[in-house]
Amino acid sequence: MAEPLLQATGLHTYYGASHILHGVDFRIGSGEAIGLMGRNGMGKTTLIRSLLGHVQPRRGAVRWRGADITQAAAHRIARLGVAYVPEGRGIFPNLTVKENLIMAARAGLDGRCEWTLERILQTFPRLAERLSHGGGQLSGGEQQMLTIGRALMTNPELLILDEATEGLAPLIARDIWQIIRSIRGCGIATVIVDKNYGALLELVDRCVVMVKGRVVFDDDAARLSDEIVQKYLGV
Amino acid sequence: MDFYSFLIQLLNGLQYGLLLFLVASGLTLVFGIMGIINLAHGSFYMVGAYLAFSLAALTGNLLTAVLLGVTLSVLLGMLLEWLFYRHLYARDHLYQVLMTYGLILVFEELRSILWGDDVHGVAVPVFLSGSIPLTDNLSYPVYRLAISGICLLLAGGLYWLIRKTRLGMMIRAGAANREMAQALGINIEWLYTVVFALGLTLAAFAGMIAAPVSSVYPNMGGEVIIISFVVVVIGGIGSVWGALLAAILIGMSDTFGKVLLPEYAGMTTYLLMALVLLWRPEGLFRRT
Ligand SMILES: Nc1ncnc2c1ncn2[C@@H]1O[C@H](COP(=O)(O)OP(=O)(O)O)[C@@H](O)[C@H]1O
Ligand SMILES: [Mg+2]
Repeated sequence: MAEPLLQATGLHTYYGASHILHGVDFRIGSGEAIGLMGRNGMGKTTLIRSLLGHVQPRRGAVRWRGADITQAAAHRIARLGVAYVPEGRGIFPNLTVKENLIMAARAGLDGRCEWTLERILQTFPRLAERLSHGGGQLSGGEQQMLTIGRALMTNPELLILDEATEGLAPLIARDIWQIIRSIRGCGIATVIVDKNYGALLELVDRCVVMVKGRVVFDDDAARLSDEIVQKYLGV
Repeated sequence: MDFYSFLIQLLNGLQYGLLLFLVASGLTLVFGIMGIINLAHGSFYMVGAYLAFSLAALTGNLLTAVLLGVTLSVLLGMLLEWLFYRHLYARDHLYQVLMTYGLILVFEELRSILWGDDVHGVAVPVFLSGSIPLTDNLSYPVYRLAISGICLLLAGGLYWLIRKTRLGMMIRAGAANREMAQALGINIEWLYTVVFALGLTLAAFAGMIAAPVSSVYPNMGGEVIIISFVVVVIGGIGSVWGALLAAILIGMSDTFGKVLLPEYAGMTTYLLMALVLLWRPEGLFRRT
């Protein structure tokens, strides 16, 4: 098998004294799409934050194309080509829409610059109409588009979407799924966390299911049986 | 008061206010972005004035002295941030006040060892040493006008830096959401070093250009820090534009207070602060 883009082995992450991740293994290859699933509080966001250097795992290792990045600063990991759309958005409310986008602009690592401001604005016409608005003045759906657009401005190799459609009206959520689908079409590797398992399973190659800080399923999306869904994800 | 006397007081008030702004802008920027209460900020003003004094004596020219002094200030800012201030970001205001108060004492002691406790003067550069005649016996010194002009230019430059440049966007982004800024590849630690060095340099620069009019003396930082905090509070903590407006207001009220109400001169500034805070408890502006 080809060398994975990002690989984590045996991650143990704590918040203070509480032990959240219990030896998590995770890998994603170039251009691959992974659905990261699990009920609330199972450690999905903590896994992402551990991969991105926002919280240091106490044990275990994270590698990017084989190079150890476990101790690397978050901004260094981002510059390797990892973009993050966090839970609860994370736009900069004190910057305009345009500033939110251009402050993040970076050429792709092989010098190509595929996502430009123009292309983002074509993809998200609603943002084009609101370029000079403050980020805080946007509706929830527009803020989510802005966060995704901003992530793409970094021309990432890997895009991580944590609950990107959470709390959005169904029509807006549908738009966001449409956009995620078109991003998938450009071959960027993606990790998607979402409660809409139907939409998620149509899109991803592989599923990783977490329960209480452990991975209990990691296989082709097609192999995710109703039984597993019922047992680990059902409400 | 006749028109020309009024004009002179107006220009004096403006010049004092703009100089205050240079000091207060760094104070409010460092508070707004890194959350640090820096009592030692006035010491940076003093360091600037003493640097101007020594370097002007060394080079024989205030202009060269200022250029050298600014370079040294930037380096000092980066060094102090690295040695002391970065350990305060995650801490309580109480620790910040304790450490930065300690730094005031260190700076005063170092000043006493290196320069002694005498008062010194610094000469105005020759090409700025003239006066503009207003009436037969009233004139206005060119140097004071030059101070106001330079401060206005710097205020404009600061506006441009914060509002229009990518660095400014990153600084504002980092102030709003540190983790998100890092996730977009911004080196927050480096950004904080830059902002701190910028704030220190603005204060030191104010001390350098003020040296010829205020002279250079022990504890000059202590006076300026108190009034700078008043400016920051009136302007709205963290707001650079609020600081500009508040500094000019204070410059005017102090200057005219001394002329019109000499027996209450010490109070006008604090009266102004009390009135503004009664009207707007958060200060004039929101955070930049
Ligand atoms: N900053 C934090 N400090 C302490 N505990 C946290 C923090 N963030 C999350 N947790 C805890 O860690 C566990 C995993 O949370 P999280 O990774 O957010 O789960 P998920 O994203 O799967 O919903 C939960 O029990 C949550 O309460
Ligand atoms: Mg989560």
